[in-house]
Amino acid sequence: MNIKKTSLYGTATAVTLALALSACGGSGGGGAAGGTYDKNATVNIGSLYEPQNLDNTAGGGQGVTEALNGNVYEGLFKLTDDGEVEPLLARDHEVSKDGLTYTFTLRDGVAFHSGKQLSSQDVKYSLERVLAKDSQSARKGNLEVIKDIATPDARTVKVTLSKRSISFVYNLSYVWIVNSEATGLKTSEDGTGPFRLKKWTRGSALSLDRFADYWGKAAASRQAVFHYYKDATALNNALLTNAVDIVTSEQSPDALGQFKSNPDYKVNDGDSTTKLLLAFNDKAKPFTDVKVRQAVSAAIDDKKLLESVWGGYGKLIGSMVPPTDPWYEDLTEVDTHDPARAKELLKEAGYANGFSFTLDTPNYDPHPTAATFIKSELAKIGVTVTINTITPDEWYTKIYQNHDFTATLQEHVNDRDLVWYGNPDFYWGYDDRQVTRWVEQAEAATTEAEQTALLKKVNRKTAEDAASDWLYLYPQIVVANTKLSGYPLNGLNSQFFAYDIKKKS
Amino acid sequence: MTRYLLRRSLFLAVSLVLASIVLFALLRLLPGDPANALTAVGASPEQIAAARSSIGSDKPLPEQFTHWLGQLASGDLGSSFISALPVGPEVVSRLDLTIPLTLAAFVLAVLIALPAGFVAAYKRHTWYGGLLSGVSQLGIAIPVFWLGMILIAVFALNAGWLPAGGFPLDGWSLPGEAIRSLVLPVVTIALVMSASLIRYVRSATLDVLGSDYLRTARSLGSSFGQAMWRHGLRNASVPVVSVLGIELASTLLGAVVVESVFALPGLGSMLVTGIAQHDYPVVQGVLFVSTLAVLLIGFLADLVQRIVDPRLRGSLSGGLR
Repeated sequence: MNIKKTSLYGTATAVTLALALSACGGSGGGGAAGGTYDKNATVNIGSLYEPQNLDNTAGGGQGVTEALNGNVYEGLFKLTDDGEVEPLLARDHEVSKDGLTYTFTLRDGVAFHSGKQLSSQDVKYSLERVLAKDSQSARKGNLEVIKDIATPDARTVKVTLSKRSISFVYNLSYVWIVNSEATGLKTSEDGTGPFRLKKWTRGSALSLDRFADYWGKAAASRQAVFHYYKDATALNNALLTNAVDIVTSEQSPDALGQFKSNPDYKVNDGDSTTKLLLAFNDKAKPFTDVKVRQAVSAAIDDKKLLESVWGGYGKLIGSMVPPTDPWYEDLTEVDTHDPARAKELLKEAGYANGFSFTLDTPNYDPHPTAATFIKSELAKIGVTVTINTITPDEWYTKIYQNHDFTATLQEHVNDRDLVWYGNPDFYWGYDDRQVTRWVEQAEAATTEAEQTALLKKVNRKTAEDAASDWLYLYPQIVVANTKLSGYPLNGLNSQFFAYDIKKKS
Repeated sequence: MTRYLLRRSLFLAVSLVLASIVLFALLRLLPGDPANALTAVGASPEQIAAARSSIGSDKPLPEQFTHWLGQLASGDLGSSFISALPVGPEVVSRLDLTIPLTLAAFVLAVLIALPAGFVAAYKRHTWYGGLLSGVSQLGIAIPVFWLGMILIAVFALNAGWLPAGGFPLDGWSLPGEAIRSLVLPVVTIALVMSASLIRYVRSATLDVLGSDYLRTARSLGSSFGQAMWRHGLRNASVPVVSVLGIELASTLLGAVVVESVFALPGLGSMLVTGIAQHDYPVVQGVLFVSTLAVLLIGFLADLVQRIVDPRLRGSLSGGLR
């Protein structure tokens, strides 16, 4: 799933199950490389997203992915910061001709932090954990195609699917391989990653130490410490006073000036997959009418909104697909800003004198700003907007679960989440049989080219139908001390690989 | 006195039970579902049901309440819904920061306010007496977070003398570091707190200065200093002690803002996180401990007043302060 769910505290404390993928930008390319670095350094990382617990199948939230994914736990595959899916604990894999049986061979000599050797039993156990009845994994739905998991020997795992799933390997990059004998994983860990958990002080920090028996390339620094802040200003102050060396994600452009003008810091403009949406309830009047949706989309000047919220950062998008998804096409011309055309469309739809609707708006930035902007833009074509401010919790119940709304604002953080338009039961209620079929066919495709071609069709169709109004794509801004190099820039799926970060002495 | 102590202890116990009922009920009235914080967005109904059953929020309220009371009776504050960590030890570890922070700020505020309030009253006709009065009036109007941010900007960001926030990872094992990181928050709270205290001390002193007994004492030959020392201070301290109790209690509960500005992992930030996540055991635990502390502080303030003012000792009904 793919919606940013923000808690009541702080400005941007998000609990999200972002699954982000992007296909450009440099992997681990942050900062200037070269020069000597301190192999015994402690890298201090500042973040707003403290884990709720340490288990990603038990509602650990975005913070647990950021701190532990790739650093402490590893999957069979890895989603790199470039968006490539690479083998990690799986040395190689084979797919049967019918696309239903996957045989994975595990890497040799992999040890858990507790000392136990990795075996196929652990992989089976880890997959079953995600699929378990009480699992809260965001990947559960995607992995339910698994019919059977067999372990013919200690190095081999054979997974049989009930139907073709071209995204299966990609989905596996989100499954942590844990020791099947480990207990208490909400507060401790037993992974195979380059770092092991040293100490978690709730409300304050989580420290990771280099794991001496790591199977691969050792972590570049001896220690990585995630420091957690509830307040973005406090976080920026920590960076300015060298209490932290890097901030994983800046949430507001206001603070950037003080870092841009200072040669000690580097402001990195990475690619995010987070889209800000004006989501219509396509099953509620008047948004059942394509022309009304098109009119509203055409009336709003997205460029002006992006400029006022993010300054020079971020991008315009014409659909749910960010430039980093394989099926991206620039469709910004489909809903260009054109108030005259908007009025014309309203007239054709039978609303020559406009209409009124209520916009349910989450109470944290940037939604209130965007709502006010939309209200003034729509007033120009005779549409009256009533802004109803709600908490994230209310949003989740009222809109996401009960579909009780006319239109709403929300940020969707995932990569590849165009496919939700193929689900007529999704909260926005977009229902087009052809689109649903294309999405199903895409998942059952035999080649990625076929999948891409089908999803491109979905992309264009939903854009032309103005299924939602995609306002803009967020930037991903990592700010770091210039002493640092090797940090991730794009933060896909809220990952933050700390093991390549080098600190100049 | 023994009877009074017994009465107060009983009162304390009854208050705690009543508070626990109110606490429990109010939390359940909050809109939202604790399972929301535990489940992924997009969780299936089965996943949500599993989450509810794992934390016991699907059980009837009376059952949940008696379960909680039972735990409390055995000194257990339960475990967090979200992290699965026991609440008690976490509250204790947060108090490691919150108690020194509150007490230090309190002592500093008193050290500022007592002389300043006295001078503001006794020298109210001089320019500095008036200035003290004015500054304290202004101080009451200053928001804590604003003062905190100004102090950070001046002493941490510009001068670089003190950290801008945070608390050492290893807590008090490096006392110097820990104290350094508490200096600015302590000063912030103390300045704001002393502003209102100065007003109280000033008005209590003014009452005494205009009193008949002071005039009588002077007419019997005591110097102003002697009269003040023997009669004045004692009388002035009765209302001040009660205000001090209230101030101390409100600082303990009001540290939330300061903890957020200075990124301190104290009790206040634990409470805020708990509320946001509907983590009932955490919120209940923090509020219960705070309630206990506030009641105890009130009790102590009352006791001190009785020691200071013998007239209060006769009456059995100390009343709630």
